[in-house]
Amino acid sequence: MSARVAVAKTYKLFIGGKFPRSESGYTYETLDHKGRFVANVAKASRKDARDAVVAARAAQPSFAGATAYNRGQILYRIAEVLEGRRDQFVAEIRAAEGVSASQASAQVDRAIDTWVWFAGFADKYAQVAGNGNPVAGPYFNLSVPEPTGVVVALAPQGDTGQSLLGLASVVAPIVVSGNAVVVMPHFAQPLPALSLAEVLATSDVPGGVVNIISGNPAEVMPWLASHADVNAFDFAGGAGLDWVSWQRDAAGVLARVVAPCEGIPERSLERITAFTEIKTIWHTKALG
Amino acid sequence: MTFLDYAPAPESTSILNLKKSYGLFIGGEFIDGHGGSFATVSPSTETTITQVAMATEADVDAAVRAARKAFSGTWSKMPGSERAKYLFRIARIIQERSRELAVAESLDNGKPIRETRDVDIPLVAAWFFYYAGWADKLEYAGLGPAPRALGVAGQIIPWNFPLLMLAWKIAPALAAGNTVVLKPAETTPLTALLFAEICQQADLPPGVVNIVTGAGATGAALVAHPDVNKIAFTGSTAVGRGIAQSLAGTPTRVTLELGGKGANIVFDDAAIDQAIEGIVSGIFFNQGHVCCAGSRLLVQENIHDDVVARLQKRLSTLRLGDPLDKNTDIGAVNSKAQLQRITELANSGDSEGADRWSAPCELPAKGFWFPPTLFTGVQTSHRIAREEIFGPVLSILTFRTPDEAVAKANNTPYGLSAGIWTEKASRMLAIADKLRAGVIWANTFNKFDPASPFGGYKESGYGREGGKHGLAGYLESSSPKGGLK
Repeated sequence: MSARVAVAKTYKLFIGGKFPRSESGYTYETLDHKGRFVANVAKASRKDARDAVVAARAAQPSFAGATAYNRGQILYRIAEVLEGRRDQFVAEIRAAEGVSASQASAQVDRAIDTWVWFAGFADKYAQVAGNGNPVAGPYFNLSVPEPTGVVVALAPQGDTGQSLLGLASVVAPIVVSGNAVVVMPHFAQPLPALSLAEVLATSDVPGGVVNIISGNPAEVMPWLASHADVNAFDFAGGAGLDWVSWQRDAAGVLARVVAPCEGIPERSLERITAFTEIKTIWHTKALG
Repeated sequence: MTFLDYAPAPESTSILNLKKSYGLFIGGEFIDGHGGSFATVSPSTETTITQVAMATEADVDAAVRAARKAFSGTWSKMPGSERAKYLFRIARIIQERSRELAVAESLDNGKPIRETRDVDIPLVAAWFFYYAGWADKLEYAGLGPAPRALGVAGQIIPWNFPLLMLAWKIAPALAAGNTVVLKPAETTPLTALLFAEICQQADLPPGVVNIVTGAGATGAALVAHPDVNKIAFTGSTAVGRGIAQSLAGTPTRVTLELGGKGANIVFDDAAIDQAIEGIVSGIFFNQGHVCCAGSRLLVQENIHDDVVARLQKRLSTLRLGDPLDKNTDIGAVNSKAQLQRITELANSGDSEGADRWSAPCELPAKGFWFPPTLFTGVQTSHRIAREEIFGPVLSILTFRTPDEAVAKANNTPYGLSAGIWTEKASRMLAIADKLRAGVIWANTFNKFDPASPFGGYKESGYGREGGKHGLAGYLESSSPKGGLK
């Protein structure tokens, strides 16, 4: 009797809660750490990037309008669903990075814990980063952080330890405050990130809040950097790329830019507030 | 003259003790620059006040070196509690010399003495007083247990609130332990030079504050200087964009406070008399030379005619003229170039089909003047609804529903300020949530306080000035997990 033939998965983009192929029809080969073919992955084009920004813009206001408690539960749900599918991610990470089972498992652990850590900050960061202001007059004066809007991110691109955790560490602090994100995953090791899209799609994350577009950042990022409807950028994985010219282009609409980091961004309040704006409200006080 | 008319009540300029010319303030002394000099002119009379030096690239370099030396030699080693005392001293001297500063500011800028005396200069003193207290409490700023100063800050300020913008920049920078090189605006250098004298009176260590006067090239030299750790700029979005582009990829930190096209939203349940006063101060305060001005009035359709009639009546009582007169409400436009820009944009309102109404006031023969002006019948596509006029011109649009008001208010690349007038607090808070602007005034407008963060969303720039948040622009986080560039 012949062995059963496995069913191979087609890896596609994740835009607006759906899984489209690239409109360009282009794919690229992903290889495992030994250089063997694993899958053809959709290769995002300029049009796909622009579609993703449109989806993010459409989804952002209602996501920002959800209660912080609700956003926290959504992020926690991502951790729950990821936990339930950990074996798949361990296998994909091992294939992509060539790391041991325990290293891959540790990466999945940290990715899950990252979602949980930020989930718990959803209804607290505004208390830490905002405050009442004792102005010299009869006014109630309050400063609160709000999401910046649509953020474009480039996940870390290191050789090992980042294909899943890098993306989670970039995306979680962006969305916890109510931003929507268009993220380019690890270019050479995109499969764990694209499988994470399946987790997001089944975790109560509203369609369009997280959009994952696999492809070559050197080709796609210039289009996003000069896009007038993007409010901020996280060039976390851009160190070896031309992020300086992207930053120059992003200045066209005064988009906020976080420069590339070494390795994986640490969990921090600063990573949340980097993608928020302080709004200050004055209101008169009077008895009559 | 009847008994109801106002007699002239000009504030005397004899309180000023100005020099015939001013050098650059570098390393604690006034020194001659290498770029010659230029006149600073009173915009209400077009007469020369004094001559100031034009700083060259070499002068800017000397100022940055003086600031660096003061940073490494003195200021960064001084305990915060001692830095605080210098800032308290400066605050007190500003209070002591407040009338002199108010007169100098009105003379050089053209704004009414009523404003410089009651708003600008008191806020300048308050700003130094507020940040003085932070200097030895930086561990409470939310940036880790021991946040560090950045080093030398280059600061470029506009002409609309000359000394106040200086205070917004210098007070937090010094409190956080930085030293500064500040470039005042080309047309309003006077009070910055008086501030340099105040630094001398306060015995501030040499080089902690350096003032380089000049024009755009002087500012560009400061931005391009490789030994500046931070650029703080207040001014136009076009220049701010250029700064952001030129500093891309460098470790220089940047905060930008840029233009605006603020919406002032008036619902039909608003306390109408207060709303009229708020609309007037929202756009005619400081001749409308205010980045956060409420330059777009969004009025609920059913009260449009009433509001316009009341505004016309109120504007007809405003007194335009000598900025030094204590009864003056509307002063001079700051420069000929600005008057031309206001005139050109107002003309576009006519040609695009809006209806102009100007207050019936006599304009002085000399100087730069523009009467308080309303445009009705304004469409969202009109230039006067989209572009920052930076003058005493109000564009009036209407709305029917709260959703329409929010959509129109947010229909701009800017996001600095907005106003809401309604007696219904729940509606106010819901609208405030939806407005994409950094400062929202509810049933008031154009209020400022050193404890209150100020700054924009979108193309109005980034970073905040004022409050705890204003310190973040001058500190490096010591949180082990922070340190974002």
